[in-house]
Amino acid sequence: MNHLLILPILFPAIIAPLLAMAVRHDIVLARVFSFAATLGLVLLGCLLMWTASDGQIRVYELGAWKAPYGIVLVLDRLSALMVLLTACLATVVQLYAMSGWDRRGHHFYSMFHVLLMGVNGAFLTGDLFNLFVFFELLLIASYGLMVHGGGPARFKAGLQYISINLIGSVIFLMGLGTIYGVTGTLNMAHFAERISQVPESDQAIMAVGASLLLVVFCMKAALVPLHFWLPATYSNAPPPVAALFSIMSKVGVYALIRFSDLSLLQQGGPFAGLGTQWLMPCAVLTLVVGAVGVLAARSLSLQASFAGIASIGTMLIAIGLYTPEAQAAGLYYMLHSTLAVAALFLVIDMVIVRRPGAGDGFDPKPFPNQGFLAAFFFVAALIVVGLPPSSGFLGKLQILHHLKSTDDWPMLWAAILVASFVTLLGFSQAGSFVFWKSSADKKYSPTVGEERQATECESQPLALPATAVGMAWALLVLLTVFPSPVMNYLEATVAQLFDPQQYINAVLEPAKKAGL
Amino acid sequence: MELLLATAIGVFTAAGVFLVLRPRTFSVVMGMSFLTYAINFFLVSVGRLAINQPDILVKGRDLTQYADPVPPALVLTSIVISFGMTAIMVVMGVRGFFENNSDHVNIDATEESIARSRE
Repeated sequence: MNHLLILPILFPAIIAPLLAMAVRHDIVLARVFSFAATLGLVLLGCLLMWTASDGQIRVYELGAWKAPYGIVLVLDRLSALMVLLTACLATVVQLYAMSGWDRRGHHFYSMFHVLLMGVNGAFLTGDLFNLFVFFELLLIASYGLMVHGGGPARFKAGLQYISINLIGSVIFLMGLGTIYGVTGTLNMAHFAERISQVPESDQAIMAVGASLLLVVFCMKAALVPLHFWLPATYSNAPPPVAALFSIMSKVGVYALIRFSDLSLLQQGGPFAGLGTQWLMPCAVLTLVVGAVGVLAARSLSLQASFAGIASIGTMLIAIGLYTPEAQAAGLYYMLHSTLAVAALFLVIDMVIVRRPGAGDGFDPKPFPNQGFLAAFFFVAALIVVGLPPSSGFLGKLQILHHLKSTDDWPMLWAAILVASFVTLLGFSQAGSFVFWKSSADKKYSPTVGEERQATECESQPLALPATAVGMAWALLVLLTVFPSPVMNYLEATVAQLFDPQQYINAVLEPAKKAGL
Repeated sequence: MELLLATAIGVFTAAGVFLVLRPRTFSVVMGMSFLTYAINFFLVSVGRLAINQPDILVKGRDLTQYADPVPPALVLTSIVISFGMTAIMVVMGVRGFFENNSDHVNIDATEESIARSRE
């Protein structure tokens, strides 16, 4: 057994309480330890990806109990990729948080690492109930992070966020219970094996159970019409936390891909059509709602939240085609959009801390480092919209290319292109209100209090946040400059996903060999 | 037995859904607790109902004469998690009440706007 598989879960699990107990009074020590731990996770992610790149699926049996009797962790190309993406995003957010956000409340880094543990666990687990437990783990950390820094609006939005996720958990458990009642297993591979043998009389109830799970995954991914929680949550959360949350909606997308590719879509299976008919229309609707939201929103962070929704829509249009090439393109777009939306949130926070009183609203008000931040916002928005030469452009181009094979491609092309244009329009509107008009406004004369605030704003750190954003962009540039190695890896990933028998054998073969 | 359990699950779910849709934090918390009860009962029932049957292997016993041991484990996990979640929700609700001077769940709802909507 390769013990590397459990380290992405174990390592944050050890670091988080250490940070909470040993170094809670010393922010510098906490920063150093947490940063080192996050870099360690990046290293682990690289190692896992290197391990997984030989195409073999590795299984880690917890407590040496063979699947399906015990819980297993499974490492394939997709989980390795997601763990690495999480670690990269965490490094960016960690760097940014060190410039001040970590001091506005208690235990920022502990919750940060618990969240990472939950996300990594969700990506690595091979058991559906274990997936639920890791979901809860990452959610409970996210509740804490969401209200980090406090404030009335944040607590109100936090309560809504908790309620909606608790209801999600309830539906998740209902689905799990139904599935267990019909198939008698919760192991993903075992479930995939048994789903084709479900007797006719139980197929309807099985479909209900599987649909309930799909609904929960779509809710986590913020697919329309289950997206209502996202704008209020992301725009009220501290922006660095919102940047970190952009991986959480991808946990939903990951679970959706894993669950449908592994078990539902098996050739000729009775549930092959489940979810496929409505995923595409919902994804188009998500894209439209996201784009219109960007245009209609009256604050920068609300715009970024809707841009996140739009990117989920684009990605799920590709994934919802359920062809290997299109899913590879969708995964490429997912890598891009996670980092791009996170970077946008961080840039917006750099603006917010320099505009006391105005925040990220659209009222023109001059602020220090305006030209620099205007350039930053310009680049961040361009990348999110996906204009050339950004990685978003490459991603969208591939998605459009693969959509060509469908019957209603003119409609889908129009949706993606028009939505991109509307998003661009929304961001240019924001840019002209917040950055352009405010510098043209010569009549503006600050009061004494505002002048004192202005000197405070001048002293806001610029180098570290800019480095953090720059790092996210550097990763995106790598994605743009070297698309072919990335696409090779992604195509191999999808080939693995479309061969569920390989996964099932890797998980269940040891028990069969042992004669259990 | 089946009828009793099914009715209990149904009543708890209905009560839970009704309370969760109420505008104030306290009823939402109560509603969530009811929903958790419903789920716990539901999870008990997914392993088929077996009365007076052991979970643990006994030597020489017919293999069909056992209760499924997995659902109790699932229920236990779900109880622990829901306990923690209810606690965190209560904490968040109390803190939110002190920060906002209102225990309404809606973001825009203040006491005034609620009073106005009643008029």
